[in-house]
Amino acid sequence: MYLDGIEEKMYDGEFGETIQKSMEVLVALGDIYGAERMVEISSAQISGVSYKTIGDAGLEYLEDLSEGGARVRVQSTLNPAGMDLERWREMGFSEEFARRQLRIVEAYSSMDVMNTCTCTPYLIGNVPLKGSHIAWSESSAVSYANSVLGARTNREGGPGALAAAICGRTPEYGYHLDENRKATLLVDVECDLSGADYGALGYIAGRIAGEGVPYFKLRGLPAPEDLKALGAAMASSGAVALYHVDGITPEYRDASLEEVDERIRVDAGDISEAREELSTTSDSPDLICLGCPHCSLDEIRRIASFVGKKGADCDLWVCTSAAIKSAADRMGYTDVIEAAGGMVVSDTCMVVAPVEELGYEVLGVDSAKAANYVPGMCGLDAVYDDWMNLLKL
Amino acid sequence: MEISCRIISRGRGKGPVIISDKPLSFLGGVDPGTGTVIDPRHPLHGRSMSGKVLVIPGGKGSTVGSYVIFQMSKNGTAPAAIICSNAEPIIATGAIMAGIPMVDRPEADLFQILEDSLEVEVDAVEGKIRV
Repeated sequence: MYLDGIEEKMYDGEFGETIQKSMEVLVALGDIYGAERMVEISSAQISGVSYKTIGDAGLEYLEDLSEGGARVRVQSTLNPAGMDLERWREMGFSEEFARRQLRIVEAYSSMDVMNTCTCTPYLIGNVPLKGSHIAWSESSAVSYANSVLGARTNREGGPGALAAAICGRTPEYGYHLDENRKATLLVDVECDLSGADYGALGYIAGRIAGEGVPYFKLRGLPAPEDLKALGAAMASSGAVALYHVDGITPEYRDASLEEVDERIRVDAGDISEAREELSTTSDSPDLICLGCPHCSLDEIRRIASFVGKKGADCDLWVCTSAAIKSAADRMGYTDVIEAAGGMVVSDTCMVVAPVEELGYEVLGVDSAKAANYVPGMCGLDAVYDDWMNLLKL
Repeated sequence: MEISCRIISRGRGKGPVIISDKPLSFLGGVDPGTGTVIDPRHPLHGRSMSGKVLVIPGGKGSTVGSYVIFQMSKNGTAPAAIICSNAEPIIATGAIMAGIPMVDRPEADLFQILEDSLEVEVDAVEGKIRV
């Protein structure tokens, strides 16, 4: 692939070994996917943070990079870690796990990756503009950035996104190119949707679309949080990195809908079937986990208002970023939720934390992504429903 | 014999061949402590790739596999070089992170030419495999 003067120097090691290695990773990825050149990026979102997933190998790699003087060149934010970085002890995480987890986050911080530890960086200031090239590696965030914001990213792996952040570049292929952003599947939704219906719709559409680009015709107007849930679901049941919503998302007019020949209809029966399929048990949950992807401040407001009146009968985690939590603290929402027996957890979630070690057996979730991953990654049962219904159980 | 190929991770390495025509997942499929294949469904199950030239079609599974390859090089259990039919991001990234020479797209069908234990040199500077 073509490298310009600076890229050539990066590749040849003139800026040191860490940049050279990173550029080698990018060139290899570009060669594998047939990229012709690099594009400059304005933002990175880096996964591979939880000690549960990357282990000692990841920890050592990151410490080596950091000690080698690696620094990111663009705004870079970090995915969730395996625990709440402040309240891990009271939540029952082991000292051993915590020590290693903190070292991972410290290695990233020293490279200037912001240790915001969230899968919704777009809610806290990492908000790329329409048309900008970025390298993001959290599948639900990739979907939101491509679809709702109109930025351009592939589904990067953690090391690839970090390499892109260090070089400020990524190979130009896939969703960086106009021709790969066109719709491949029309999804006609023939019923009104609310709450967990969006995740169920995403679960259905993701399985059919695979790596394609669905184009939705919806009856009502979704909230940004609904699109967050829809995209996260499709990125877990399929590998959907981009979708369009008729009349709503920024690129729906450029999606070449007239060229799409695959079309599906989704009705209320399909949605309720998918909702049932996402539960693996009919037992009552012993832990309700909300915030996959991480809650917005408005979601926390609604949860606080509900549990403030009613209380929570089982353990409740409301997962979010440290930034949103501090706003929730200031608004008094955190106190309300915690007085009702719940907990506002920051930096982590039910998918990447070792929840199975905390003695829980059945998780209640309102996220189709979490319902998809929790049984396999944590070995626990999942109950999928609207958060209000879960809290009423 | 000299076979041309594409360079993925620069460097040179040689050793006896360990070959399989089945893709391999490093996460859960290889023990980084010993370099042994631990996936019971893989034909190389129970065999070590440590110090050898690993020849496989490509990788599969989680991107965390890249870190496993890196861990193997830290532990001294990594292969001396890797040859894939078509590189994919997990092994390619892992090989570069770990400094393991790696090539792909050989101009000849290695599954016809190579067999276990044959000495091979991977020259991922010139883009050659020497048998």
